[in-house]
Amino acid sequence: MMAHQKLSAAITAANDAGRPALIPFITAGYPDPADFIETLKAIAAVGDAVELGIPFSDPMADGMTIQRSSFEALKNGVSLKWIFEQLDSAQGEIGAPLVMMSYLNPLLAFGYDELAERSLAAGVCGFIVPDLPFEESAEIRAALEAKGLGLIQLVTPATPTDRLKILCDASRGFVYAVTITGITGGDTGLPADLTDYLGQVAEISALPVCAGFGIRSAADVASVGQHAAGAIVGSALVEVLEKGDDPKSYLQSLLGTRDDRQSGGAG
Amino acid sequence: MSTLFAADEAKALLDAAIRGEMPDDRGRFGPFGGRYVPETLVPAFERLEQGMKEHLHEPGFQQEFQRELREWVGRPTALSFAPQLSKHWGAEVWIKREDLAHTGAHKINNAIGQALLAKRLGAKRVIAETGAGQHGVASAAACARVGLSCSVYMGAVDMQRQAPNVDRIRRLGAEVVAVESGDKTLRAAIDEALRAWVTDPEGIYYLLGSAVGAHPYPYLVRELQSVIGVEARQQMIDQAGGLPDAAFACVGGGSNAIGLFYPLLGDDIELIGVEAGGIGSGLGENAATLATGTPGVLQGSYTIILQDDDGQVQETQSISAGLDYSGVGPEHALLQATGRVKYISAKDDEALEALEELCAAEGILTALETSHAFAAASDYARRNPGSRILVGNSGRGDKDMPTLTQYPARVRT
Repeated sequence: MMAHQKLSAAITAANDAGRPALIPFITAGYPDPADFIETLKAIAAVGDAVELGIPFSDPMADGMTIQRSSFEALKNGVSLKWIFEQLDSAQGEIGAPLVMMSYLNPLLAFGYDELAERSLAAGVCGFIVPDLPFEESAEIRAALEAKGLGLIQLVTPATPTDRLKILCDASRGFVYAVTITGITGGDTGLPADLTDYLGQVAEISALPVCAGFGIRSAADVASVGQHAAGAIVGSALVEVLEKGDDPKSYLQSLLGTRDDRQSGGAG
Repeated sequence: MSTLFAADEAKALLDAAIRGEMPDDRGRFGPFGGRYVPETLVPAFERLEQGMKEHLHEPGFQQEFQRELREWVGRPTALSFAPQLSKHWGAEVWIKREDLAHTGAHKINNAIGQALLAKRLGAKRVIAETGAGQHGVASAAACARVGLSCSVYMGAVDMQRQAPNVDRIRRLGAEVVAVESGDKTLRAAIDEALRAWVTDPEGIYYLLGSAVGAHPYPYLVRELQSVIGVEARQQMIDQAGGLPDAAFACVGGGSNAIGLFYPLLGDDIELIGVEAGGIGSGLGENAATLATGTPGVLQGSYTIILQDDDGQVQETQSISAGLDYSGVGPEHALLQATGRVKYISAKDDEALEALEELCAAEGILTALETSHAFAAASDYARRNPGSRILVGNSGRGDKDMPTLTQYPARVRT
């Protein structure tokens, strides 16, 4: 099985168990670099896959929560090199496939070939690069696919149908459906017309479709779960970490696997 | 960077640039440029590119643009001979006076052009970023002129150091949005404007102020600013009797420099861009991007940027807010790599000294940004006695009075 297929398989396994897959996002090394692997292990115990944010100085597609966590992690010396060292040291202890979310420049500085090699060794199966549209992606895609890693494409409610087809075809692992026209961490709630949009993406895509942006509660997860194979939870989880609350119980509450179901995060 | 290409490859790229074939269809100036934007903005950039292709060189649009430049901006701006400076420097010095354009800087050429385009594209409202505030003022004025509402994103730090411009922007009817994220200066303001655009990509027109960012902005801004070089070239022939030996412009993002240089690329003129040398040559002590940076992707474009080994973009330092930027337009990256334009830097104190000299010698209070170009020109003149020099005077210095009052005037002639 190629690395990117582990992602699809993990999502499908959750669906086979009768629930949407849960993909939590954390900014690597936030809030405290010393707790990185412990936090990651705790989150990977609940999540079907984990999205690992690589901090960047100019996170232009992110809202205040992830910006804050990103700047804080940078201040604490977190870098891609450091993250790989940490992941290498935790070999085999992280119970879910990993996806890295990074703006392009840190990956470019690291070097694509070395990136692919280190990722494969560290259990990273795919990449989400929010400032890299399909048209500019040939070089990094080739380097990643040479090692069986996936470049996950984002689609949005503003994506025209013909483009949607191209992006779904190009994606590996899963398709990331952005629920809103906006940045991460929005508090406006999920849009009402999500059904048509997610339904259309799911129909076009041969891969599982996971929805992200603005998902904060068990109700949100259940709602996107009707049309998508998985839910990605980012800013709300980062807020839980920011407050020093227990990320594991928050994530369990999203799946309704705890009796004292909480609304979670900032709601 | 001149080792980036083999000599014949560099020559082929430069020839293509001179023939007007840059950027290519993918928005590339050789290896530089491109469009690195979030997926949500891809349709918006495609609409902008299509709309620009349809309108920018259409005769009706050009007629309207030229009329606004003439009757509202006050173009052509003068070319002034500088007799005192010429005497001091032992050279023949000519100054292209963008400080005389409406609102006091070259920024207005781009702002009115894009505001007219926004109107044609049916935008509901305009957003813009600003550092020193000049592009904010120009955007506010241009939007008032064409009847569009305008929000200007400005770093909280810049709002403090450029307070008079904040007030000007508001009086011209625009809203100023304080940016509290990141470094709270120009780079953070661009990030925040992009975030705002993502929330309504169909209704908003983003009026970017420099020749930076994703395609088509570097091209669009160059086309609108080239009026500077086109006028200056003809004025040199008419008034000076010939083209200059060397031309100087300051470079932050690089819009005034590309405006002056682009029409001169095919001429036998030494072209010299001057960046902010800040207080020293260490990373973080200046904004000398081309002189000390490396290739990377920042805010939509593959260009030369100031970054550390991990690809994290570094903060900059300069006495002039308008040059205080960690990136540079991709066309400048190409012009440097091909060797056509030489990029050097002038330090804060050299810029201040040049500003005072120009004030005393010619009665022109130039902007702190522009002062960097004069500092480098002065140095060149002393090394090339008798040469004919053109300096792009990108803006006036009234906005810099709060900074300048911290430094006692030294030069008296």
